[in-house]
Amino acid sequence: MIEVENLTKRYGRHTAVDGISFRVNKGEILGFLGPNGAGKTTTMRILTCYLPATSGTARVAGFDVFDQPLEVKRRVGYVPETPPLYPDMSVETFLDFCAKIKGVPSAERKARIDDAMGKCRVGDVRRTLIGRLSKGYRQRVGLAQAILANPEVLILDEPTAGLDPKQIIETRELIKGLGGDHTIILSTHILPEVSMTCGRVVIINKGRVVAEDTPDNLMHRLRGAATLRVEVRGDATAAERALRAVPGVIAVRSAGDAAGHAFEVEAASGADVRADAARAVIAAGADLVGLGQAGMSLEEIFLHLTTTEPVHGDVSPATTEMTA
Amino acid sequence: MTALRNICALVEKEWRHYFGSPIAWVALTIWTLLFGLFHVLIFRSFLLYSMRSAQQTEFGGGPKLSLNELVIGHVLQNMAVVALFITPMLTMRLIAEEKKQGTLELLATAPITPWQIILGKFFGAVSLFALMIAAGLLNIAFLWQYTTVPPEWKPVATGALGLLLLSACFIAVGLFVSTLTRNQIVAGTLTFGLLLGFWILGWLDDPTSGPAMRVIAYLGLLPHLDSLMKGVLDLKDIVFYLSFMVLGLFLAHQSLESQRWRA
Repeated sequence: MIEVENLTKRYGRHTAVDGISFRVNKGEILGFLGPNGAGKTTTMRILTCYLPATSGTARVAGFDVFDQPLEVKRRVGYVPETPPLYPDMSVETFLDFCAKIKGVPSAERKARIDDAMGKCRVGDVRRTLIGRLSKGYRQRVGLAQAILANPEVLILDEPTAGLDPKQIIETRELIKGLGGDHTIILSTHILPEVSMTCGRVVIINKGRVVAEDTPDNLMHRLRGAATLRVEVRGDATAAERALRAVPGVIAVRSAGDAAGHAFEVEAASGADVRADAARAVIAAGADLVGLGQAGMSLEEIFLHLTTTEPVHGDVSPATTEMTA
Repeated sequence: MTALRNICALVEKEWRHYFGSPIAWVALTIWTLLFGLFHVLIFRSFLLYSMRSAQQTEFGGGPKLSLNELVIGHVLQNMAVVALFITPMLTMRLIAEEKKQGTLELLATAPITPWQIILGKFFGAVSLFALMIAAGLLNIAFLWQYTTVPPEWKPVATGALGLLLLSACFIAVGLFVSTLTRNQIVAGTLTFGLLLGFWILGWLDDPTSGPAMRVIAYLGLLPHLDSLMKGVLDLKDIVFYLSFMVLGLFLAHQSLESQRWRA
């Protein structure tokens, strides 16, 4: 449904997106995970034809975003990080305007608006001015706007940013409910969010794709020590032999530091071999002087991600939906 | 077809904004008040003048004093100056506000073209101005009611058309400037400065100036109003105003498009 190949976007000398490629299949919910400034928003803006790419191609439903922008725009519903809303319009008027510019035929317009308002649960504020709505409601109006024309693809930029925990859960349920009918890309910098909503995750950092997998596999790679760095003193050969014998270890390489007594131990995905490796070194008669994780590129990126959810206590108790 | 529908949707949205906020009400009030004020003052001096001239030529009935030339023409000329002040305030928000609110992203990712956005914005503002002019013309309508020799309608029509064309040019300039910034005050001030510049260019037009000066003076917005105010529908002036508008709209479109590339 969405094919991105070697997409690059430069702002002057700064490269925001650096040759990324990925695909999204029909009906799939793809999580776009990365720290702030990784290039998520830029990629989404290219996919929605808001920004032209510097090089590379992107196709949505078979249409090139550069050559056939109108065809792409007809098939994409987009919610930027701050939903674009007119504060002096009522919810209903705003959606009516959006339906018109999205080319919803006038005969279907009312039904489509009611349907979108129902799905996003904004029917009770339909006559309220958008400027008077709370952030949670505004986010939902933004989402209602995106699904109005029943687009094949939904692109949601940080749909839960700035919401309180209750609203976050509601928004995720809503997005999950939309999957299947729509192909969805959603971006987030919150790790647990993707495991709750997405079938597949693309992790980007500094404009590059660093990993692409299911949320479960990624979580394993995060927890499991894929590559260990073991430093020994004493009988290095015996230690190496012992390390090789540890169950779950796939390969042992000499990491060759100055003393020559460091090894990189690669373990099977999901297996935590640290304790066994330590015991094996000691049993082999060598001294274990260091044990740590090596090759941490992915983990380092995860460190920059928000790995926990905001807890209820952190949020101000004022969670009333309407501010006026 | 879809293009027209999209432009109409945008015009409708602009009108909702104008009338849902104080903008339209303030602009209409100030405009019609000033229109009325100019009309009363100019009509009063017309009465004094005609009485004096009647005394001077007791037997010939006096020279024929034209209501069109001496009243309506003057009022419309004055209103052109008022338009110079009001249009920057109407146009400064057109694109700048959409940028600041982030709603330009909504328009730019909807299946509408940049030209449709520009034209929707333009006709939204022009139609509000047409309403203002129509409301002002009610003052003049009273002349038909209360004068023994009513004014000719044709100079009134061409004068109103001239005023509309002039303000449409102002709006095109204002729309272009509004694409350049996200700050409304900057857009408004810059527009006013530019319009005043084009206004003053017309002053260069005097018979003693050289050909280069005459060419520059030709770009002045004001001299092209003169014959329209006198009831002469000169194609040259219409074409001038229309090309000025098209140039302004073209620049607005280019500016909007180029920002995508530079962003």
